[in-house]
Amino acid sequence: MTDDRVIAREDLDALFDALHRCGYTVVGPTVRDSTIRLAEIAGTRDLPAGVTDEQEAGRYRLAQREDAALFGFNLGPDSLKRWQLPPDRTVWRARRKPDGELTDFSTDARSGPAGMPDRIAYIGARACELHARAILERVLLGGNHPDPELRERADALIVIAVQCGEAGPTCFCASMGAGPKVTSGYDILLTELLDADHHVFIAATGSVRGEELLAEVPTRRAGSEELAAARATPARAAEQIQRKLDADWVKELLYAHLEHPEWESVAQRCLTCGNCTMVCPTCFCTSVEDVTDLTGEQVERRQQWDSCFAVDHSYMHGGGPARQSARSRYRQWMTHKLASWDDQFGTSGCVGCGRCITWCPVGIDITEEAQAIGAVTHGPARATPAKED
Amino acid sequence: MLASASDTATASAGPLVPAPFRLLAKRRETADTWTLELEPRHGTPLEFAPGQFTMISRGGCGEVPISISGDPDEPERLVQTVRAVGLATSALCEAEPGEVLSVRGPFGTAWPLEEAEGADVVIVAGGIGLPPLRGAVLRMLAQRERYGRLVLLYGGRAPDQLLFGEQIQQWREQGLEVLITVDSAGPEWIGHVGVVTRLIGRAGLDASRVLAMTCGPEVMMRFVVATLADTGVQSDRIHVSIERNMQCGIGVCGHCQLGPVLVCRDGPVFRYSEVERWMRVREL
Repeated sequence: MTDDRVIAREDLDALFDALHRCGYTVVGPTVRDSTIRLAEIAGTRDLPAGVTDEQEAGRYRLAQREDAALFGFNLGPDSLKRWQLPPDRTVWRARRKPDGELTDFSTDARSGPAGMPDRIAYIGARACELHARAILERVLLGGNHPDPELRERADALIVIAVQCGEAGPTCFCASMGAGPKVTSGYDILLTELLDADHHVFIAATGSVRGEELLAEVPTRRAGSEELAAARATPARAAEQIQRKLDADWVKELLYAHLEHPEWESVAQRCLTCGNCTMVCPTCFCTSVEDVTDLTGEQVERRQQWDSCFAVDHSYMHGGGPARQSARSRYRQWMTHKLASWDDQFGTSGCVGCGRCITWCPVGIDITEEAQAIGAVTHGPARATPAKED
Repeated sequence: MLASASDTATASAGPLVPAPFRLLAKRRETADTWTLELEPRHGTPLEFAPGQFTMISRGGCGEVPISISGDPDEPERLVQTVRAVGLATSALCEAEPGEVLSVRGPFGTAWPLEEAEGADVVIVAGGIGLPPLRGAVLRMLAQRERYGRLVLLYGGRAPDQLLFGEQIQQWREQGLEVLITVDSAGPEWIGHVGVVTRLIGRAGLDASRVLAMTCGPEVMMRFVVATLADTGVQSDRIHVSIERNMQCGIGVCGHCQLGPVLVCRDGPVFRYSEVERWMRVREL
């Protein structure tokens, strides 16, 4: 698109103003309950200025940075999934006539129980989130029966991405080909540059909408040093990534080892709480429930996030749950993410964001589990799937 | 708010909004199983291929996947055979003629009736696994000359649990060979007793000519497949209809996974060779 521009720190609020003028609700990272959550924010004052997150398997803490970076953290538990596929929505509401016929159907495209607004601008999306967004969109809308409400949500979204300059210890996006560098999928891409007397954002546009927005913000042309610094930013993050997963081999590896003893070992630790599925930006399982008022005249079908760790997830009348043991439920989750997702939707289900590692209360690490099953990451010779169990 | 009149709701509101179908008649098949005959309140008949299913509900009582048991050549009547096993299915069985039920679909894959032309078709059904095959039987009997032998092997728990008794007599007269067995029976039962797989040997099959379709409890289908394999039927000539928890019917709710397949989207009817590897894994 157009040449990269520079937005001074003090002019970044003009971007919020422009979005608000265009009728967008701005969603972005903000500190709540000692956690960086995604929520509606009014301007840069709501961003986690000077805050960073310390993450490890089963551990998440906020800490003060020595600078005033606005995006000097990695990821919180929320993802764009909350807006692509709300955690609780009414798929339809209807009136039940005396003969049982449902009539006067309505949906909640704009006024769901979570109060989802019409048009969302998401500021702060990292590379892994853009990949996750594309994966989830493919799952929800890529089939033969796309849901028009979810289509509308997807189309109304504006994304202002942010280039990662640091990687967290649980990040492994590079292994999944999903980061750390943002390359596409944004309307505007910001790279934050910060030193003792200099706090600016290098802004690139990726769409006409992005160009129109950026035109509303005071900017200047970027200098060559600034451009070089912007280029170095994701490269610096890439160097910091510690965790790895051998994405080329993991699918065949898991398929070849569905009876591996490691499944039992991880099941000894797994609480089947489903946290990993809730924080995962691509996990899409939902269940539906019919709700009526006391007269039975008003009927609603509600859809809520579900988890394959719930024993009822695979329940069949007459047959009980297909996956009763914790072993089978962990195996389902991990093989779905890393193997069967590819058969079902033509892409991996994992972007390497590391949320499932950080937010697992017992610190189960999907990259460690993959290694334990044999996906060693030291080259194809050792990574070749062993013979079937 | 996206509000619209019910007759346009399904067209505009997407795949999760059901269409109204009036219950015309219901027939009791067994103590807990009913066949419902419905017609669309608005719009066109629900064209379907035998083996496909709908998501059906009685307002506010939950929605369930039920295979269509009607005649594909009479799509103006939607026929569904429902066994009352839970809240939603019990509500459906308790519906009275005149009531309007809610239906989405049809969804899923169909029995391979064209591929079966020229073959000896062996249908192995267990219990409530027969209704999903009824449409296939009706279509093949209507086009009887296109097929070799047509054999139905049907097993139930007890004589009073068997479905479609009188119709099966008619099917016999139209050229269907039928062997029936029950797991247990009193002295008044003069037919076979034992598991349905034991009928396979009695049918005198020429394995090289067989195309098999089976539907029933998963454990039954496993043994059916193994017994057919023992008689020399290749796994790519066996088709199975698989049951899983299904809540959307369109491959987006995640409940019906069996390894790489989404049963509602890629099934419920599968060539066995395509799912054999996954059906062999316990708790997959």
